[in-house]
Amino acid sequence: MNRNKIILKRFLLNKGSAIGGIFLIVIIIGAVFAPVIAPYNWNAVDTGPRLSPPSLSYLFGTDIHGRDVFSRIVYGARYSLSVGVISVLFGIIAGSTFGITIAYIGGRVDIIGSRIIDVMFGFPSFLLSLLVVAIIGVGLWNVVFAVGLASIPHFARIIRSAALQVKEQPYIEAGINLGFGNLRIMFGHILPNIFPIIIVIATMDLGGAIISIASLSFLGLGAQPPEPEWGAMLSSGREYMRYAPWTMIYPGLFLFLTVMSVNLLGDRLSQALDARQSINRGKA
Amino acid sequence: MNFFIKKLIIVIPTLYIAWTVVFVTLNIIPGDPVNLMLGGRPASEEVRENVRKNLGLDKPVAERYVSFLINATKGDLGKSYLTRQPVTKMIKENMMPTIQLSIGGLIFGVFFGVFFGIIAGTKPNSMRDTFAMVIALCGISLPSFWIGMMLIFIFGTTLGWVPIVGEGFVSLILPSISVGLFFAGGMARLTRSSLVDVLNQDYIRTAKSKGLSTYNIILKHSLRNAMIPPVTLLGIQFGLLITGAVITEEVFARPGLGQLLLQAILAKDIPLVQALVVYMTAVYIFLNLIVDFTYGIIDPRIRLERKSA
Amino acid sequence: MRNTLEVKDLNTYFKSDYGSIKALENISFYIKEGEVLALVGESGSGKTVTSLSIMGLLPPNGFIEKGKIALLTKNNTQINILELSEKKLNQIRGNDVSMVFQEPMTCLNPTMTVGSQIIEVIINHKNISFSAAKKEMIELLKLVEIPEPEQRSTEYPHQLSGGMRQRIMISIALACEPKLIIADEPTTALDVTIQAQLLDLLKKLKNSLVSKTSILFITHNLGIVREIADRIIVMYAGNIVEEGKVSEVFNKPLHPYTIGLIQSLPEFNIENRKKIQPIPGNVPNMNNLPSGCNFNPRCYLVKESCKIQKPDLAKISESRKSRCFEYKQLI
Repeated sequence: MNRNKIILKRFLLNKGSAIGGIFLIVIIIGAVFAPVIAPYNWNAVDTGPRLSPPSLSYLFGTDIHGRDVFSRIVYGARYSLSVGVISVLFGIIAGSTFGITIAYIGGRVDIIGSRIIDVMFGFPSFLLSLLVVAIIGVGLWNVVFAVGLASIPHFARIIRSAALQVKEQPYIEAGINLGFGNLRIMFGHILPNIFPIIIVIATMDLGGAIISIASLSFLGLGAQPPEPEWGAMLSSGREYMRYAPWTMIYPGLFLFLTVMSVNLLGDRLSQALDARQSINRGKA
Repeated sequence: MNFFIKKLIIVIPTLYIAWTVVFVTLNIIPGDPVNLMLGGRPASEEVRENVRKNLGLDKPVAERYVSFLINATKGDLGKSYLTRQPVTKMIKENMMPTIQLSIGGLIFGVFFGVFFGIIAGTKPNSMRDTFAMVIALCGISLPSFWIGMMLIFIFGTTLGWVPIVGEGFVSLILPSISVGLFFAGGMARLTRSSLVDVLNQDYIRTAKSKGLSTYNIILKHSLRNAMIPPVTLLGIQFGLLITGAVITEEVFARPGLGQLLLQAILAKDIPLVQALVVYMTAVYIFLNLIVDFTYGIIDPRIRLERKSA
Repeated sequence: MRNTLEVKDLNTYFKSDYGSIKALENISFYIKEGEVLALVGESGSGKTVTSLSIMGLLPPNGFIEKGKIALLTKNNTQINILELSEKKLNQIRGNDVSMVFQEPMTCLNPTMTVGSQIIEVIINHKNISFSAAKKEMIELLKLVEIPEPEQRSTEYPHQLSGGMRQRIMISIALACEPKLIIADEPTTALDVTIQAQLLDLLKKLKNSLVSKTSILFITHNLGIVREIADRIIVMYAGNIVEEGKVSEVFNKPLHPYTIGLIQSLPEFNIENRKKIQPIPGNVPNMNNLPSGCNFNPRCYLVKESCKIQKPDLAKISESRKSRCFEYKQLI
């Protein structure tokens, strides 16, 4: 227990995680308290002169419809964060269930399951997402589904090998001998032990998911206007790049900073996990 | 030799399995492709039947599957719904710009990635390590479409240094950076960690005990060993180059397969989408084959048998 | 005749999360020209740290606090290794002093042919052409008794057996005819039969080398020491505890630890028909040393004074030294 506390302390005090953590908290606060923080409604058109540069009343300027860019960005935080998290959650839950199950059952099921994962890996995941969108149509939630779906093989593979390692542990065998039901062992014993790994890879992939969804929205396949999703905002801001660059600069900037914070945290988490594992190994 | 031949042979079933996935996916489409073909105009049942026959939709799934695979191998995948042109012709016409872009991105990504990785890995936990890794982190966190637009804005619009549109080598610079940045970031991080690992190995200590200079050690002894994981990463990230093309071509308004795919999806031009995905998958698989070959060339342990110890 | 190596008051530390840990304390010894000095001790005694200190190959968290390491180079000049720049050190390493490591598998570069790894050290120090270096390399392979040397030289480390890999390491160490070869447990990782072959080879080489090469032979195996060494130094917990000619020390050890080591040898006990006696207790942690003599908790001769004061390395005769208050009991 003491060792864990030391690692947690090191993690929190590390410059990288501190910076990432603080920025992320700022964004989350912005997202949650958007109605309070944003001076205007994100959809309120003609609140002021169209395409006006940043000023005191319009921190990031206004867009072609006279909407306050700052307000749209604050509300946009809700979209970009939540869709990223949901897409990763979807991928992780599906991937974990699949990975743990085939690892636990083993034998032919494992072999077939691994082949399925390998085949899906034969596809670049973004291409897969594009394909899925081609089928089910455009829209923000379609894209979330597509990106989540494409991430399943990636998670399934990692979780499967983690589960395989845990499966070898004596307490799992003990559980089987004691007559615990399969589901109980899989989700009551294996899952809690690979939980740290799951958290780490979920965090590390969150950044990628946010970018993928924003990319698809940028291409017009995801969030549709007037939704203030950052990727979509970049798409519309693009036309006015010459005269009103702020409509393009800020959404992208926040996208970048958010993803960077998430990646920073993911990095530090994974280092902390490595430290913990090597300490555990040292003990054993 | 064995190693290379084995890899070559495995490619073929992999390709067909991937194509099967494409076929299965695209045929779950709800909605009637016939409608699309007719452009939504009302038509008599007879006309509909004709169109259906033309598209081959009247045949059972199994037969369509087999002819799909045969056509894919031949490289003839029918005609686009919208333009009525053979899809293969459309692909050929738009191939070159995308290939140029991918190569540009690859060169940028590999050079800058490995460069920063070496800077960082040869002095871990130093200032230059932190500096290089922060840059690498930016690389993987920057959305490529945003950086593309920022590059256009800064260097094209504001400074006027680089032409934004047009053909030619110069116009390839900004898009290549845009495509390759994410790639460079990943390569830098992996090269760094791999180099740190290698430099801690016993054989580096042996090299030092021979009195070899640091320069010599890094270049000759460690780089070759350290490049093995990054080369593997290349294979995985080829997908990024291909799909990065989609976004970057859109941002820079360049012609290419990416643009084509995007338009096909938006227009629900199924034969074109199908053909493009089939083609891109084949390219992806063959590129991975080349990566595997390179892996075998770099690391003799992979390609040669072990004698009894 | 000068000494090939003179180590004086060497103190080596390692930085760690717990502060600086002393690994070597006031190590002093010498090696004569053409002599084989055995450095003996259990793991953790500091024998490998000694060798790394001499070669300048300590890991990044290791540092030498003070001391002098005088090496007689091939040009017959004596230099202090600790005062050399990295560039000068590189001229010495592999040339005037070289090292054979313990684990031949991990110590050879897996992506280079063994031949090229030998040629590399030749070209680094001698101003000769590549083809001349290649010829020398083949001769070296013959010297270390590797069959079919031309064929073998084009192979990679993983294609060779452990014994052969170690012969390659030895040939690398011999390539530039150094004044001193440091062999750090060269046979430990190998089968007993291979061990015997390699020791035979080393003995042959030692007797045939032109440049009066000395060998610092590091091992924990006393049986090997008798086979190959002229003198012996015994180390315990960062200190030298006994020193002397091999025959003297084996006939009459003058330190309880040495006695313990000899008594734990199967060979010794077969000769004397006694049961093997292991030394009770464990090697102490270097950041938690007992007060007084480092060995006192495990010593059968221990007196109260041993727990309070640490004995110096006393010179008993021309060649003999012992770090024990009670050595007189053992004479």
